[in-house]
Amino acid sequence: MEISLTVNGVDHRVDAPANALLADILRERLGLTGTHVGCDTSQCGACVVHLNGDAVKSCTVLAGQADGAEVTTIEGIGTPDDLHPMQAAFRHNHALQCGFCTPGMIMSAIDLVRKQGDAPLIEQAVRDGLDGNLCRCTGYQNIVRAVLDAAGRAQA
Amino acid sequence: MATETGIGASVKRKEDARFITGAGRYTDDLNAPGQTWAVFARSPHARAKLSGIDTGAALATDGVVAVFVGADLKADGIGDLPCGWMVKSKDGSEMIQPPHPPLAVDRVNYVGEPYAVVIGETLDAARNGAEAVQADFEELPPVVDVASAASAEQIHDAAANNQCYDWELGDQAATDAAFEKAHHVTRLDIVNNRLIPNAIEPRAALGEYDAAAGTYTLHTTSQNPHLERLVLAAFVQVAPEAKLRVISPDVGGGFGSKIFVYAEETAVIWAAGKLRRPVKWRAERSESFLADAHGRDHATHAELALAEDGEFLGLRVATKANMGAYLSTFASSVPTYLYGTLLAGQYKTPAIHVQVQSLFTNTAPVDAYRGAGRPEATYVVERLVETAAREIGMDPADLRRRNFIQPGDFPYETPVALTYDTGDYDASLDKALAHADYAGFAERRAESEARGKKRGIGFSCYIEACGLAPSQVALSLGAGVGLFEVGEVRVDVTGSVTVTTGSHSHGQSHETTFAQIISDKLGVPFENVTVLHGDTGRSDYALGTYGSRSLAVGGSALVKASDKIIAKGKKIAAHMLEANEDQMAFEDGEFRVVDSNQSLTFAEVAFAAYVPSNYPLEELEPGLSEKAFYDPPNFTYPAGAHICEVEVDPETGVVRIEQFVAVDDFGQIVNPMIVEGQVHGGLAQGIGQALLEHGVYDESGQLLSGSYMDYTMPRADDLPNFLVDTTTTPCTHNPLGVKGCGEAGAIGSTAAVMNAVTDALGVASVPMPATPETVWRALREG
Repeated sequence: MEISLTVNGVDHRVDAPANALLADILRERLGLTGTHVGCDTSQCGACVVHLNGDAVKSCTVLAGQADGAEVTTIEGIGTPDDLHPMQAAFRHNHALQCGFCTPGMIMSAIDLVRKQGDAPLIEQAVRDGLDGNLCRCTGYQNIVRAVLDAAGRAQA
Repeated sequence: MATETGIGASVKRKEDARFITGAGRYTDDLNAPGQTWAVFARSPHARAKLSGIDTGAALATDGVVAVFVGADLKADGIGDLPCGWMVKSKDGSEMIQPPHPPLAVDRVNYVGEPYAVVIGETLDAARNGAEAVQADFEELPPVVDVASAASAEQIHDAAANNQCYDWELGDQAATDAAFEKAHHVTRLDIVNNRLIPNAIEPRAALGEYDAAAGTYTLHTTSQNPHLERLVLAAFVQVAPEAKLRVISPDVGGGFGSKIFVYAEETAVIWAAGKLRRPVKWRAERSESFLADAHGRDHATHAELALAEDGEFLGLRVATKANMGAYLSTFASSVPTYLYGTLLAGQYKTPAIHVQVQSLFTNTAPVDAYRGAGRPEATYVVERLVETAAREIGMDPADLRRRNFIQPGDFPYETPVALTYDTGDYDASLDKALAHADYAGFAERRAESEARGKKRGIGFSCYIEACGLAPSQVALSLGAGVGLFEVGEVRVDVTGSVTVTTGSHSHGQSHETTFAQIISDKLGVPFENVTVLHGDTGRSDYALGTYGSRSLAVGGSALVKASDKIIAKGKKIAAHMLEANEDQMAFEDGEFRVVDSNQSLTFAEVAFAAYVPSNYPLEELEPGLSEKAFYDPPNFTYPAGAHICEVEVDPETGVVRIEQFVAVDDFGQIVNPMIVEGQVHGGLAQGIGQALLEHGVYDESGQLLSGSYMDYTMPRADDLPNFLVDTTTTPCTHNPLGVKGCGEAGAIGSTAAVMNAVTDALGVASVPMPATPETVWRALREG
């Protein structure tokens, strides 16, 4: 089937089998390898992207479900010279080690902070909100600190 | 030179820019033109005869390029996967190493063992083909439980009683004598639960063959690409060493599980040669659960003999260690030289004897996982010590202090073959007690009780042997390889520096810390130092990263190479300034004639080395590039004190960590931010073992905990914030004074948590993981 989708502001038309997953389209067809696949049961969150503004696990989205959608991946939120505040906060707080979970973690964290609006974000809410993203390296402490840091800046 | 980017500074990481923007290059991100895909057919049975494989339907599947079985590899001269450490039994006999073919030939011995590989034009085609492989299995009764494995059916022809070896260390007679004069003996039966490593990046491999050159290139998720190359060349015999290049690009975590040489990359690189096309494989998470080497899995009986005043007199330990179905690359060393040797802990226990029977079972191979033997040793010692304190009515901190090796005792030779070089165990315990407000614990416990909750506190004063390893010691104990490291410092023409290291970073941040060292040593700006690693085509033979060795061994090699750069630079500068070499000093990035105002910058000397006009060609070669191999004279001995405080809800059995304090002595620290991060991650894994994680097989050998829905990984809402601090006694025998920090969190924390849980519950022991159900039962059944 042919699908049309906008990824990081660029329009794409992709011919893909009906059982193709959004994660595979992004990685294998569009070369956006920043979105990682760490499991096969939608448990690890390494593949989180934004679909029409919401964080989703792209390994559980069929390509057809993304037809006509706006997708944002880790490659679309900032560059080394112009980082998204969440990217900057991850670096500043040493919230990553091997880097494999990081793209999904950052995409989830951006969604979490955005949906918080102007209400103060507390640590437990960050821990609960990142429950769908596994990290094996950091013990989460610096990730939580980074998200609170970025949230504080966004709300300041 | 203390600077904002030198040794001791919390410099932000060079690695981050690519990882936070999605520009990392992991193995699965790489694709080659004309690439095919590999999918493995895996045994559904724990133990079975494999009497025939019909590949016809698989070959007839759309898009399938080829199907290979174990016999194909064997017929092509592909050897077995070897174990790299020969352990001898106490009777002097060699350990039993059963044949471990990359693809099973006539027997399968664990669920998930690969017996065929299907190569497809696409991943889907290969998957469909793998589904169509028909194998005739004759099921046999499996052996699953290590505690009863010795009396179960024999798995391997050569391994009577399923025994790999029966090893011992220490003076049995002296230990027995110590127990005879004991005032009190504390006894514990301890199970160290099986863990599944679960780096978030699944293993992957991309094999390529260049027919014109006859060369192979394997990109794979390895912690030590040189060892991978050595094993594939010398033992498996895929290709001569010089014709095989192994590259480990960005690797998404290892924790030990990516040290080993596995069946999958072996089949992939071999098939690439056979088919003359690139072959790619990436594990699904379920394959990682089934076929990555697992960790721990010990059953132990341990006894501690004490005098009336609490002095430790003797320690007696008997352990059954599960090897799984085959010996993984370093499996044999983990429950022996990385376990038995650590049983002295931080204490002056004069007599220790340990006996380890290692056994085969029909489960995935077991090998090193973060800490590797040292968490198991710490768990035995620290559970025993805490239990002894409770039994004799002594404060657990006081009992430890009563027995600590004292600063004046170093170098201290333990009864289990190690010589600790330095340490101050009271210092780390005192600091941890202060951070934990130990004095206020009784009040906090009363407050919990008033709310119907049970509060407990637990200690763990661990030691580890890191910086693996003095080659001579390792070789004399059965290692098949030396354990030095190599580093090369290449000064560029313009004075920037490119470093290659044999260490491999898969989260450890070498690109940052090693650049700090070079910047500090050579006075070159931090941003002008580039660190390269992970490619056998770029560096000399090296040993890679595991056992918290990279900074202590790989970093020391870089210091040695830098010293050679400075020595040569002085000669060049002396010539250019018409001074004697022994008048030259090097400070703050300048070569200077002492007691004069004559000097040259580092960049000026570098330029002269490569643009050699007016250069002493008759005395010195052009160029400024030096290499060093560093072989450590001893292990390093990081040590520390961890204190955990928990609150248990007796109605639900839920354990909540209220506070976790870790005070570690890692010697000198290059980057405190990175060290703290390493400790956090280790603590998460150690706490995960205590409260959440368990690799479970049922009696038929099926892995019950084979997905993230069944195996409980620590998540953000499972863990507290940790209070992490350090004390410092510099390592006495490496040029940086460093000890290593990568494993400490996983080594020390588990016992602290379980000591806290048992304290809260008022019971002698609780099995790990202390899940709500386990705790709830322990409260009701004692």
